Amino acid sequence: MSRDENEAKRLSGLRREIQPELVKLERRLFLRSGLSLGALSLLSGCDLSTGANGTVIDRALWAMSRANDRVQAWLFDPNTLAPTYPASMIDTPFRFNAYYPPDNIPEIDEATWKLDVGGLVADKTPWTLQRLRALPQESQITRHICIEGWSQIGQWSGVPLRSFLERVGADLTAKYVGFKCADRYYGSLDMPSALHPQTVLALDFGGVPLPLEYGYPLRVRVPTKLGFKSPKHIVSVFATNDDPGGYWEDQGYNWFSGI
Amino acid sequence: MSPSAAGQSRVVVIHPLLVRVTHWINAIAVFCMLFSGWAIYNASPLFPFVFPKWATLGGWLGGALAWHFAAMWLFALNGLVYALYGLLSRHFVRSFLPVSPAAFWRDATAALKLRLTHRIGQYNAVQRLAYLVAFLLGILLLASGLALWKPVQLQGLANLFGGYEAARRVHFLAMSGLVGFILLHLTLVILVPRTLVAMITGRARIPVDPVEVRS
Repeated sequence: MSRDENEAKRLSGLRREIQPELVKLERRLFLRSGLSLGALSLLSGCDLSTGANGTVIDRALWAMSRANDRVQAWLFDPNTLAPTYPASMIDTPFRFNAYYPPDNIPEIDEATWKLDVGGLVADKTPWTLQRLRALPQESQITRHICIEGWSQIGQWSGVPLRSFLERVGADLTAKYVGFKCADRYYGSLDMPSALHPQTVLALDFGGVPLPLEYGYPLRVRVPTKLGFKSPKHIVSVFATNDDPGGYWEDQGYNWFSGI
Repeated sequence: MSPSAAGQSRVVVIHPLLVRVTHWINAIAVFCMLFSGWAIYNASPLFPFVFPKWATLGGWLGGALAWHFAAMWLFALNGLVYALYGLLSRHFVRSFLPVSPAAFWRDATAALKLRLTHRIGQYNAVQRLAYLVAFLLGILLLASGLALWKPVQLQGLANLFGGYEAARRVHFLAMSGLVGFILLHLTLVILVPRTLVAMITGRARIPVDPVEVRS
């Protein structure tokens, strides 16, 4: 069987596994369309869907979320490590998570893939997988906590983002590190979180190269933040002082989302 | 015969202004926390049920979380003001203590036999215990909520609950306990509606103590 057929089989199996998740995603999209019944319908309009230009309550909720960003930045201790776990506690199977079903996982050709480096950095030469793998790697077994509430323990290995940023001569006093992804997802971190010793550009998951559904070929792993702050399939990393926002953050998820 | 017409009653302040203001702010905060919390629960249910959509606040997960993390400040800061007042003014000691098992048993059996009269301005032992439990549940909700919000930065607190996943369950159970209290509380308000008036005006008419009349 060809590699493609194998992949197709594996993904269709995966699709069956995550069927309940898809139903939930559809329900979420349905809810976001504003349909709601009952006594709370008046307030249900206040759902951030119109962003900072919405109703008075929407604007107040956005303002509170920005205030919570500042509180969390203050609470964040760069020396506090996320708890680590023994290999026996790793959860399998690990849940697939994206804003789309697994059929839409981006197809990436390893031969042409490269990581663009931009913004406030000295060396903007793109990186190949081979070069990234040649850098010193760190491994961690940490808890991935989803904004939905569930959590799973997994193992990620890769290049610490701090050493990568130092190597490309990034301005470490810049406010943000931004990421762009092959699936049009995007995200950003505050610089202190980007420089945290456990924040890595992960190449491996569970001891093998990142499988397609977990962010092949390169993803961010930030165990001090909620899961959606760790973009998958990244194709670009940049340092900047202009808030790059994020796919979910721009719709209303709290930007800092530290844990 | 109306007691006031006979001139044998007087109006007294039974709920100081600060207690009334913090009570109603708390009611709003708890309303927001509960209904947004149920929407958050629905995103990844711990148990084989979800809360009905009409009983959720925020519309979608992002909206619900925004409500939850905004109302938490109202709940916590208002609770802090109330707790400081309650401790410093001895409001807690005067209103809710002592609660002995004997007194609780006596008042609980009387209540079940429908023989417990409501003395306005004074809590019976069942009420005292119920309020004390509600305060403890509020503290537990705040602490377990902090552990869920910051399981890395506040990992000592999270470990106290047995880790992140255990803290989720503690948070849920404490919420359930508080909902039980609220249902009991609202039922009693419906049975004795003048308590609602007293929590708004702060004042209630009580019969004049005959001893006091003589003096």
